[in-house]
Amino acid sequence: MADPAPSEGRRRTLKTLLGTGATALGAAIVYPIVAYLKPPEVTGEQVTSVLVGKVEDFAPGSGTLFRFGNKPGILLRFPNGSFKAFTATCTHLDCTVQYREDMGLIWCACHNGKYDLNGKNIEGPPPRPLDPFEVVVKGDEVHVTQT
Amino acid sequence: MKSIRTALSGWVEERVDLSGVKEFIQHKSVPKNRHSVWYYFGGVTLFLFIVQVISGILLLFYYRPGADTAFESIRFLMTKVQFGWLMRSVHSWSANLMVLAAAVHMFSVYLTKAYRKPREVTWVSGMLLFFLSLAFGFSGYLLPWNELAFFATKVGTDIAGSVPLVGEPIMQLLRGGPDVGGATLSRFFGFHVALFPAIFTVLLTIHLLLVQKQGMSSPIGAAEHGEEKSMPFFPNFVLRDLLLWLIVLNILAILAVFFPWELGVKADPFAPAPAGILPEWYFLFMFQILKLLPAHIWFIEGEVFGILFFGVAGLLWVLVPFWDRASQRGQNNRLITYLGIFVIVFILFFTILGWVM
Ligand code: HEM
Ligand code: FES
Repeated sequence: MADPAPSEGRRRTLKTLLGTGATALGAAIVYPIVAYLKPPEVTGEQVTSVLVGKVEDFAPGSGTLFRFGNKPGILLRFPNGSFKAFTATCTHLDCTVQYREDMGLIWCACHNGKYDLNGKNIEGPPPRPLDPFEVVVKGDEVHVTQT
Repeated sequence: MKSIRTALSGWVEERVDLSGVKEFIQHKSVPKNRHSVWYYFGGVTLFLFIVQVISGILLLFYYRPGADTAFESIRFLMTKVQFGWLMRSVHSWSANLMVLAAAVHMFSVYLTKAYRKPREVTWVSGMLLFFLSLAFGFSGYLLPWNELAFFATKVGTDIAGSVPLVGEPIMQLLRGGPDVGGATLSRFFGFHVALFPAIFTVLLTIHLLLVQKQGMSSPIGAAEHGEEKSMPFFPNFVLRDLLLWLIVLNILAILAVFFPWELGVKADPFAPAPAGILPEWYFLFMFQILKLLPAHIWFIEGEVFGILFFGVAGLLWVLVPFWDRASQRGQNNRLITYLGIFVIVFILFFTILGWVM
């Protein structure tokens, strides 16, 4: 004897069950993948201050890159002996800037962006100034701290 | 010899019915008209992709991903491994030729409006393949972990990051963290040698199946010019194709041998970006425009403006079969032609400007 044709109602119920099951299966696969692709926060100790070097390591009228945690910073020493420091990450598209003695500027090679020695963007594409650090000279040691 | 061949094909035929395929190949023909030369560039792109797969797999035998090993492994490859320099040079040169061939192919399809019904899906799949080729180039460029590639990747991923709303998560996804570093290299390696080849192969299969099924398109109005001639696909077209592949292989060999690809200086995240930094030539026009855009346009940042502009323009380009109504009706749409020529001139202009500046 042939099975009776399933009723509309049964068909609908089965469709709903199947649909829900498929969606749940899809979500159970996609969610872990999306979460997996999201890089975890690296919880190293938060750097707030670094010792960059000795005062005499930095000639007056020079600019030096240093590590601040995992980001580069730039330390300027002025002819009068004073210091200033900024993040060395260009505010345009993330390149690392450098001090250009010939221009008397902080310069980014990637798209010819220019900042003055106060970190202010003065020419080219950079939209914002460089973030400043605070420079503390303790004895003959130069420390740079987050402002 | 002959009898072995007959026996072999008989053996196969007893098990699988190939008469349909044979029939198809015997009757397939390619239209012959004054635009026929352009029909070969898709084939050239395919050939160069095959070269990429083979040379890429060979590079994998020595390449070691990782910020501490990638550069060193390529240096080892180039100095110690027999013909290592050649393998790398072939892969790099062929990558560039492949993008070039794909670009020529794309513009010729555009200008002859071969995307019109029924070939809309062929066009869209082709565009996706083209974008994927650029992505191959971008991800491969980082793999040697040299200074130029490091900063090019910083800039490129930062541009992705400046897209409103979705940019930040996309940048994190690409970089594998907030900065370009070892995690980025691992991801790019995965994209370059596994994810992209897999997607590319699927899209390529669709693209080629459609081309085979629908045949080559004749330019609009070819019939009126009395140009409705054709040539058999096999052997006439295939032999011409193969001859051209041989020529391309020779060009590739000359470039790879006489202009070996440089390795440069190892990337150092704490060194300033070097002067004269350039992306690969096919990104140069966008790079140059980003350089020229002011910091702010109206109320948005220049780079955001640039990326929105390129995004919208690219989308319109991909969707051209759906809004170019006149070509669909078989009319000669001058506007589309002028637009295409404008785009080519625009790209050439800014590319050259990027070179000389
Ligand atoms: C299955 C296919 C492929 C595999 C397995 C592969 C594998 C590799 C490997 C291992 C490297 C690192 C070695 C090196 O940097 O010299 C590399 C680099 C590279 N690949 Fe591929 N590749 C494939 C396809 C492609 C395609 C289709 C393109 C471009 C359209 C491409 C473009 C590049 C570029 C530009 C580099 C950088 C070359 C350099 O500067 O050294 N690759 N590839
Ligand atoms: S990244 Fe510095 S100017 Fe563009």
